Amino acid sequence: MEQTNKELPLEYQTHQDRMTILAFWIFLGAEIALFSTLFATYLVLEHRTAGMFSAKQLFEAPKVMMMTFLLLTSSFTCGVAIWYMRRNNAKQLIGWMLVTLLLGAGFLYMEIAEFTHYVHEGATIQTSAFLSSFFVLTGTHGAHVTLGICWALSILYQVMKNGITTTTARKVFIIGLYWHFLDVVWIFLFTLVYVKGMVG
Amino acid sequence: MKFQWDTFFVTGEPMILGAQISLLFGAIAMVVGLTYFKKWKWLWTEWITTVDHKKIGTMYILCAVLMLFRGGVDALLMRIQLTLPNLHFLDEHHYDEIFTTHGTIMILFMAMPFLMGLINLVVPLQIGARDVAFPYLNAISFWLFFIGMGLFNISFIIGGSPDAGWTMYFPLAGTEFTPGPGQNYYAIALQIAGIGTLATGINFLVTIFKMRAPGMKLMDIPMFSWSVIAMSLIIVAAFPVLTIALALMTFDRLFGAHFFTMASGGMPMLWSNLFWIWGHPEVYIVVLPAFGIFSEIISTFSRKRLFGYGSMVLSMLAIALMSYLTWAHHFFTMGAGPAVNSFFSISTMAISIPTGIKIFNWLATMYKGKISFTTPMLWAVGFIPNFIVGGATGVLLAMASADYQYHNSYYLVAHFHHVLIAGVVFACFGGLHFWYPKMFGHILNETLGKWTFWIFVIGFNICFYPMYFLGLKGMTRRMVTYQADLGWTGLNEVATVGAFLMGVAFLILCYNIYYSARKGERDTTGDPWDGRTLEWATSTPVPHYNFAKLPNVQGVDEWARMKKNGENLKITEEEVKEIHMPNNTGKAFIISCFFFVAGFGLVFEWYWMAILGGIGIACGLLLRSLEKDEGYHVSVEEIKRTEGLSRGDEHGTNK
Repeated sequence: MEQTNKELPLEYQTHQDRMTILAFWIFLGAEIALFSTLFATYLVLEHRTAGMFSAKQLFEAPKVMMMTFLLLTSSFTCGVAIWYMRRNNAKQLIGWMLVTLLLGAGFLYMEIAEFTHYVHEGATIQTSAFLSSFFVLTGTHGAHVTLGICWALSILYQVMKNGITTTTARKVFIIGLYWHFLDVVWIFLFTLVYVKGMVG
Repeated sequence: MKFQWDTFFVTGEPMILGAQISLLFGAIAMVVGLTYFKKWKWLWTEWITTVDHKKIGTMYILCAVLMLFRGGVDALLMRIQLTLPNLHFLDEHHYDEIFTTHGTIMILFMAMPFLMGLINLVVPLQIGARDVAFPYLNAISFWLFFIGMGLFNISFIIGGSPDAGWTMYFPLAGTEFTPGPGQNYYAIALQIAGIGTLATGINFLVTIFKMRAPGMKLMDIPMFSWSVIAMSLIIVAAFPVLTIALALMTFDRLFGAHFFTMASGGMPMLWSNLFWIWGHPEVYIVVLPAFGIFSEIISTFSRKRLFGYGSMVLSMLAIALMSYLTWAHHFFTMGAGPAVNSFFSISTMAISIPTGIKIFNWLATMYKGKISFTTPMLWAVGFIPNFIVGGATGVLLAMASADYQYHNSYYLVAHFHHVLIAGVVFACFGGLHFWYPKMFGHILNETLGKWTFWIFVIGFNICFYPMYFLGLKGMTRRMVTYQADLGWTGLNEVATVGAFLMGVAFLILCYNIYYSARKGERDTTGDPWDGRTLEWATSTPVPHYNFAKLPNVQGVDEWARMKKNGENLKITEEEVKEIHMPNNTGKAFIISCFFFVAGFGLVFEWYWMAILGGIGIACGLLLRSLEKDEGYHVSVEEIKRTEGLSRGDEHGTNK
């Protein structure tokens, strides 16, 4: 079963790694179903504010723009990291991945600050159906980013230890897919939650 | 929520006390037995740490049979309670718990693992693979299911079982009306088992798409494996919806969120929608592999290639797609308006078209076939008329306006039991009898098997036919008792007799397993039924690497073709090569145990415990990621020994 094909990029060379990457794509399909359900829930509940805070009262455009900027840039740097991985440059790979994670951490910091701010104003998960669905939807995305950072760190450690091999290349490639996916989800969050909330 | 230790264990109910005591004795007997026979090491190395799909399949089936017993006892208790009017055999609360656990266990902890077990056992063999794509993930899937099952089942002795119905409709399932750990058990146990199911779906998609034997094209895949593709697609699309529904339920119950509450803008009907967007595809998740099993059995015992192979595949994929578009027929009475109800009414009836195609294909397969009525074939043939009754009553229920009459009555109860038992349970029993020789090397006794079949099928119809009439007479589901003057007594008595007949059939099946293990006909050929697909090309017991030599597939029913041409999979001494296999690992089991710790903590809202469990899970995943596990190579000597080459005899993979 272990057919190796040296002409493919490193992460695709062994049959097992090819299967793992396919499995991860299918998993991302499941993640789309998961986030779709959360978005549907949010869109059903967004105007059910129980007479309390509405989206328009809460959201602040500059902060959300900043978060979007951080996360979208991190997707670019993540792409640069994979580009260096293809050129077998472990040092640059690690460096650019660290930049990616720092940008992700910056995003996370702003999101936590945003949540804390809302809670201080009295807008908590227990206030209304709108806020329950807002916190769980954005929180699920934030939890994914958090998990992604921890996961990427453990993989970077493996790259430092073992260098770029078929196994570590596959792992970096997959975390890259995951990271880009979180960016796509954020674009929907940005438009369907924040922009829609601030305009409507 | 404040917990007192004196309510930690469920007390004051003699039957539960009896169960607690017998469980305690059972556990002591197991520990003593394992110690006395020095079997702990065997249990650990052969079973708990295994990543072999065949052993994992066997464990799934073992758990499923255990759960069939548990769910069956629940059913019999309910039937006893309803036999006569005004009985006080069970009190209202206990009755609520029992119909909730009966439904949840039968669907999620009996039907699914039974099928997952057969899938694990058979699919890699059918497609000529040496294991699944991700054996370690497969072990994780099993152990997460096992932990979910365990967590759900301890609820009836610790803390109290869920009691809001297996559909958990809000606001009843909210803390306002049902405080305490009961519904928490449901939310957390299903969540844990659901993660495992999603992983299984992904695993089998990749396995079937990427690990088929050389030469096997998509349209050469045996029908059971095709049904697993369709099932896995539904799992990947539908289980995340359950994940979210359960997570939102958990947020409502544990953290005071307002998704499904009455106050603060919550929307109870949102739960019903989310639940059934998963729940209806779930019906097809269990019934499609069942269709696959029937296809294999009917084709094998008619000695013919399956009629209409292509239309079988297409109709299954059509069912998979349409299963996603029918969910609102579970609540026509919600009042969504005529446009919505009409859409779901039509989409529901439309599903009977691909299903009908499959029925006619099975009939056409038998037409002019050399049919032998073995026990598996009896289950498959018995399925057709019984399933049609369930399907036809389903079409009646699908008519939205008429449904106002049937909704949540015993008519509905009879309908879905007719579909699920005839569709899924028959397939599980048929598949078990069919593949049992591949699992254990002997055939289940045919005489006892036929007794099981006839008693079960007769009991099944005696049990559920009266319920259609009870429903039309106005008896609604989940009612704990009724008044004598309603005129329901006679039909209820008949139904109870039927239920006990099914219980008797289950006991005969258990006795058959015991009897056949001692005296059953041994199978030395590996192909006792004259099978048509590649699983019968292996020797029994199947070597852990499945195939010493991978087949070179040329079409559908490859093994039948090979036998016709006098070919086999026997390997010659020169051809033996090392085989790469995955290592056993205890990590899947240990990580799952931390899931139990975390889950138990969440159920009782002991967050320190949940966090502890969470840390354990994270450490387990990290250690696994850092581990260098390249597997090992089965040596040429071992393969020669297993294939009977080194002794110089001619006991190859097959004769």
